[in-house]
Amino acid sequence: MIRRVLAGLLIAAAAPAAAQTFAISGGTVALGDGTQPIPNGMVVVRDGRIVAAGDVRMKLPAGTQVIDATGKWVTPGIVAGFSRLGLAEVDLTASEEDGGGKSDTSGAADDTTSNGPFNAAIDVVPSINPLDTTIAVNRADGVTRALVAPSVGKNIFAGQGAVIDTGADMDPVTAARKFQFVELGETGADKAGGSRASAHVLFRNALREAAELRRYAPAIAAGRAEAPDERERPVVRNPNESRVYDARRSEDVLLTRFDAAALVPVLQGRQYLLVHVERASDILQVLALKREFPSLKIVLVGASEGWLVAARIAQAGIPVVASAVNDLPASFEQIASTQSNVGRMRAAGVKVSIGMIDDNDTRNLFMERQYAGNLVALQRVPGATGVSWGEALAMITSKPAETIGLGGEIGSLAPGRRADVVIWSGDPLEGTSAAEQVFIDGVRQPLETHQTRLLERYRYLPRRDLPEAYRH
Amino acid sequence: MSNKGFAAVAAAFIALTGCAALDAKPKSAPPIFVNEDPYPSTYVRYPGALTVIRHATVFDGDGRRYDNGTVVFADGVVQAVGGPELASPAGAVEIDGTGKWVTPGIIDVHSHLGDYPSPSVSSLSDGNEATSPVRPEVWAEHSVWPQDPGFSRALINGGVTTLQILPGSANLFGGRSVVLKNVPARTTQGMKFPGAPYGLKMACGENPKRVYGSKGNMPQTRMGNIALTRQTWAKAQAYKHKWDKYYANGGEMPERDLAMDTLKGVLEGKILVHNHCYRADEMAIMIDMAKEFGYKVTAFHHAVEAYKIADLLRDNDVCAVMWADWYGFKMEAYDAVKENIPLVQNAGACAIVHSDDPNYIQRLNQEAAKALADGVRAGIPNLSEAVAWEWLSRNPAKALGILDKTGTLAPGKMADVVMWNGDPFSDYTRPERVWIDGAEMYDANDPKRRPVSDFELGQPGEGDVK
Repeated sequence: MIRRVLAGLLIAAAAPAAAQTFAISGGTVALGDGTQPIPNGMVVVRDGRIVAAGDVRMKLPAGTQVIDATGKWVTPGIVAGFSRLGLAEVDLTASEEDGGGKSDTSGAADDTTSNGPFNAAIDVVPSINPLDTTIAVNRADGVTRALVAPSVGKNIFAGQGAVIDTGADMDPVTAARKFQFVELGETGADKAGGSRASAHVLFRNALREAAELRRYAPAIAAGRAEAPDERERPVVRNPNESRVYDARRSEDVLLTRFDAAALVPVLQGRQYLLVHVERASDILQVLALKREFPSLKIVLVGASEGWLVAARIAQAGIPVVASAVNDLPASFEQIASTQSNVGRMRAAGVKVSIGMIDDNDTRNLFMERQYAGNLVALQRVPGATGVSWGEALAMITSKPAETIGLGGEIGSLAPGRRADVVIWSGDPLEGTSAAEQVFIDGVRQPLETHQTRLLERYRYLPRRDLPEAYRH
Repeated sequence: MSNKGFAAVAAAFIALTGCAALDAKPKSAPPIFVNEDPYPSTYVRYPGALTVIRHATVFDGDGRRYDNGTVVFADGVVQAVGGPELASPAGAVEIDGTGKWVTPGIIDVHSHLGDYPSPSVSSLSDGNEATSPVRPEVWAEHSVWPQDPGFSRALINGGVTTLQILPGSANLFGGRSVVLKNVPARTTQGMKFPGAPYGLKMACGENPKRVYGSKGNMPQTRMGNIALTRQTWAKAQAYKHKWDKYYANGGEMPERDLAMDTLKGVLEGKILVHNHCYRADEMAIMIDMAKEFGYKVTAFHHAVEAYKIADLLRDNDVCAVMWADWYGFKMEAYDAVKENIPLVQNAGACAIVHSDDPNYIQRLNQEAAKALADGVRAGIPNLSEAVAWEWLSRNPAKALGILDKTGTLAPGKMADVVMWNGDPFSDYTRPERVWIDGAEMYDANDPKRRPVSDFELGQPGEGDVK
């Protein structure tokens, strides 16, 4: 099996994304931009990018490969709005129902740095393994990109997250260090020594230390310098090669130099800040931070009680990556949870997308489309607030991409976007539909997984001339 | 059994043994029978109308589908299921089911609602008595918090009308389960499903060896798991023998051991074994163990590798309780396949969809839908929505020993009925109305006909649609 998968990978790597022109025609095409699906639509791809999609009537160059998608649905690939995909082959922590404690697979789980000296400086990229079966399983179900965040260890700052693709190759990173992730709710309080008040002081202090570094290192202070400053740029590109070692610092610092340096781009608004909070009052505290530090590019993550303060989130212009169907008072910061949360926030004018926040976030990203379908279902439940089909699809494609400034690159079938395209057996918001063909950057992906191989092996159980282990 | 009933049985026994012992020498004191139902159900069904649902698509839970179907229920029980030709009894409330689907209520055989309730705080976390790997003496019903808001979500979003609450899986013997009607009550006894047998939660694999091995105690390995489990069954056999002798001959009552009482109940066939077991090889060992000690495994829960031994499960009449697509969250779940449920069905074994989760219990119909679709795509024959509904109600009822009472819409069974606002094998569908024992417990169009737990009163979002 390994040999076969590796062979597939080598082929994928060898076939360049460039120079491939093809069209997908006859299917129901949904662009992912919030609009409703278009019957008998067309998608044209050239050199790994979308040329045109939708109700397109264009003359294709002679010899263009045309894929017939009659009876199928065609959409952009799913973009997991919040995940830990690629960080854990087998999860590390056992649930309470399982008796708690840590399982013995820590070597295969990189999603949490529970005992390291660094926090904000952590860059999640070295933890990502593009050969994880979790990536293959999600690719086979039409998930083509994911926001990948580290989990917090000892500090409220978890580190810097990336955007990845799920392609069967060794280059998963679309955008490294795209955002910093911080906990400011119940988890943040715990990491800060026991209270939200402490978490907020820690947060402000961290920004103060970053600001001080900036002040004492003139190159960083320049921010968006007209001429790229080689001493500054590496801070943004890679905090692990920080060149601000010569900057002076105060005596009373809590952060290591690397951690403080990593927060400079956050402070300057050059890196997104994803803030996990659930409680309505915690959300308002984050909105207040935005007033105090106007340059921060804040994104709320979680926000189970967002509907209680939806108008104020909208007014602040802060986007939200929400859990789609949380409706239990699972903790005292989620007392008002309801599946109508997403619909109500959207109706109030908040830009909402869907993520898997602490919900099988290392592996079950394929469930996002089922959740999106459930939000559509709410339109027919009296008293509930749902979303339209087009909006629901956007929440798992273009909206998460736009939230972190990648809307021009991924998440929709608009011309010029990367050609992440999925041909589905039917309506993708139905869990009963399957991804039949998946393209990432215009490259057709293998959909074979550990699971599909096991199915082949055990499909028929009667004894044969050789053991099951010889069926491969 | 009430104390009064117990006294009557004891008296009858004395009378019988009195007759049989006429010519024998003077006997020791007659045996006193232990009350096996000391926390009896106090559930009483709520009133319901004589109801007829017409023009609906009906899955009866027994593999049959009726287009333009009719369902009649009264006095808490199903009266008739059929096509449009079924007559309406006089005085019936008629419900137009056009565009709706009607099914038996969903039964979840694996839930921790009440023993791991919301909010998830340690003060309320009462699912694992992880103080010894052998704890058959604990009963889940003594941990269940009936005010868990999760019960209402399972009802109104999931159409779940019956559920088994299990202890967690830290222990080889986790304790007794309890089967509940999803009808809110002040007490757990008020929710207990009348006449449902007890279950025993057992666990193999990673959890017991991790929980105790990490403390330096037995079990630390899978062989340790098996050795300790076998040793415990051997003790239980000796205990049962002692009590059998006492019940036959009287004399001095043996000392009661609550842990052994539970295992004796299993050996007598009164308590059903629900065995948490992921891997095919371990399930095979547990089947042999059951034969070794003379009990039966009713169901393997989380049977991620059931597809590898579906024939063995069929031949031994053991149900497999499964998820549609969970995988890899632990090592023993590594070999999941999305066709597990339909492959077990296809082998002729008993397949069940379960949740083990307060969120997934709200979408078990969608889990069944995914499994069905994956099975059909893989070319597995003889699958249909009507057959797949057996995974949600009939087979779970069988595994809980209550198939004679609920789980299908056969006349005479409890009227545990869900009317869905569309095809329940769709992400776009939700329950519209739910009846339990013929009493309407949920109506999407009536905000007053939806349960709100004590915990949620006066809180933000009280009575919201959820």
